[in-house]
Amino acid sequence: MNFEAIKSIYAFEMARTRRTMLQSIVSPVITTSLYFIVFGAAIGSRMQEVNGVSYGAFIAPGLIMLTLLNQCIGNGSFGIYFPKFTGTIYELLSSPISMIEIVIGYVGAAATKGLIVGTIILVTAAFFVDISIKHPFMMVLFFVLTAVSFSLFGFMIGIWAKDFEQLNLFPMLIVPPLVFLGGSFYSIDMLPPFWQTVSHFNPVLYLVSGFRWSFYEIADVNPVVSLLTVLGFLVVCLSITAWIFKTGYKLKN
Amino acid sequence: MAPIVSIRNLTKSYASGFKALKGVDLDIEQGEILALLGPNGAGKTTMISIICGIVTPSDGTVTVGGHDILTDYRKTRSIIGLVPQELTLDAFETVYNTVAFSRGLHGCAPNPALIERILKDLSLYDKKDTMLRHLSGGMRRRVLIAKALSYEPKVLFLDEPTAGVDVSLRKDMWQLVERLRANGVTIILTTHYIEEAEEIADRIGVINHGRILLVEDKKALMAKLGRKQMTVELAEPITAVPDALSPYGLTLSDEGTRLTYEFDSSGERTGISSLLSALSQCGLRVKDISTEQSSLEDIFVELVGEGK
Ligand SMILES: Nc1ncnc2c1ncn2[C@@H]1O[C@H](COP(=O)(O)OP(=O)(O)O)[C@@H](O)[C@H]1O
Ligand SMILES: [Mg+2]
Repeated sequence: MNFEAIKSIYAFEMARTRRTMLQSIVSPVITTSLYFIVFGAAIGSRMQEVNGVSYGAFIAPGLIMLTLLNQCIGNGSFGIYFPKFTGTIYELLSSPISMIEIVIGYVGAAATKGLIVGTIILVTAAFFVDISIKHPFMMVLFFVLTAVSFSLFGFMIGIWAKDFEQLNLFPMLIVPPLVFLGGSFYSIDMLPPFWQTVSHFNPVLYLVSGFRWSFYEIADVNPVVSLLTVLGFLVVCLSITAWIFKTGYKLKN
Repeated sequence: MAPIVSIRNLTKSYASGFKALKGVDLDIEQGEILALLGPNGAGKTTMISIICGIVTPSDGTVTVGGHDILTDYRKTRSIIGLVPQELTLDAFETVYNTVAFSRGLHGCAPNPALIERILKDLSLYDKKDTMLRHLSGGMRRRVLIAKALSYEPKVLFLDEPTAGVDVSLRKDMWQLVERLRANGVTIILTTHYIEEAEEIADRIGVINHGRILLVEDKKALMAKLGRKQMTVELAEPITAVPDALSPYGLTLSDEGTRLTYEFDSSGERTGISSLLSALSQCGLRVKDISTEQSSLEDIFVELVGEGK
């Protein structure tokens, strides 16, 4: 294992985060605060409780997930896309490092940043609504597994993307509908039966449901199923990444 | 001693189907400076990129320090330094950090004293906290060299190091190359400037259309392929070369006062003495004679022309 290389990549990525502090940390905090003001305080006060939890508190886990997914996919993809775009990838390719080390460095940094922002959102949420965490261990597990698997997912997008448009395709066009329709702002039993069935094909539903369960013990699907979904997604991402590096897909001529 | 880099039947077909390398064989000796000379598109960068791990070979093998570049890539890449042809640098990184980053990627523990010395050697030290996007082209080239030296490689590839570089950097660079060689570093540089190869290389390889046309000790190459030219200044102009002199293939110039004779300096018989007596037999009075060694440039043009 080339630990110095992992450290270097990780430190490099974290330094990039510090340089773009405003964009990386302040902006998600402001966005989420706006959600809480609008949905939690303004609209939420007129909404009935969902399974005994106030509406503002109910949406908090979903909002944290929304931010976490966006951050992890965005950072994971940008971290590897940027060297590809500028050409500095030559250095990674000509260094004595393996795929595993590259992934640990980039994905580790993306996940760390996602977790930092996610934690800040959680703390911000606590200012607006009553948060309780009934299963802290499970909460952290969901939090970390989601961060790692979606950072890895982002990493794959970064390798696959040919231009900035493709790079932004997932964070901007695909993740928001999945999160909004994945029960972030409602319990799916509020939906007509047909849409409930459709919702079960949305992987984000399992994430949000499991994460919310660790807070309030209310869930749309069995939390074990949620956990298995996250683990399954992680395994799929790991396998695809392994294949990418084995074949040198799009990285090497 | 076994060669430090050994290339056998190295072949590369790009995805487009283009064959950039067509079976290259080359041994590079430890501690030498080898210049790879070839026009644009010859396959120089492709060859270097394969050795460094940036491009996957289609066929053939390369060993560096006795290790295979594919199966033992950690060992080979630890001892290889690369200064790429393109000035690719992360715009928002500082000089010091990018050099330290290279060292880390190659698995070396931080060594600020070494990096400081490298930056000083390359006149970059006062710019160590400058962001790379604020640097000129020449400065960027220096940074790329500093990055490649940050982990003290044993084999250094310089891909067209002087393209677009000013005189002072060029001078600095050759001094650096000499110093590295004195420390036992093997240096491979590519260029399409002949003077450059002539100036600093021990050996010269000529590459074109994905094939190595020859590899030769520089001096031997000059002597072997070096055509010499003898120029004869005549006391009185003539209108045509006399028939008796036709076997020598002379050319007449400068309003009939100059005869030029080309000969192979390494040949058994240069034909000079017989030409001189033939001249006097024809009644031509010779005012002056000079000979001139053809440059690598002429050799190169000749070889590349043949390679077509
Ligand atoms: N990625 C690529 N895909 C297809 N052809 C390429 C690629 N890279 C280089 N080539 C072609 O391979 C040939 C050799 O290129 P290169 O190795 O860069 O030559 P040199 O460095 O000697 O100028 C050129 O004709 C070039 O157009
Ligand atoms: Mg080139």
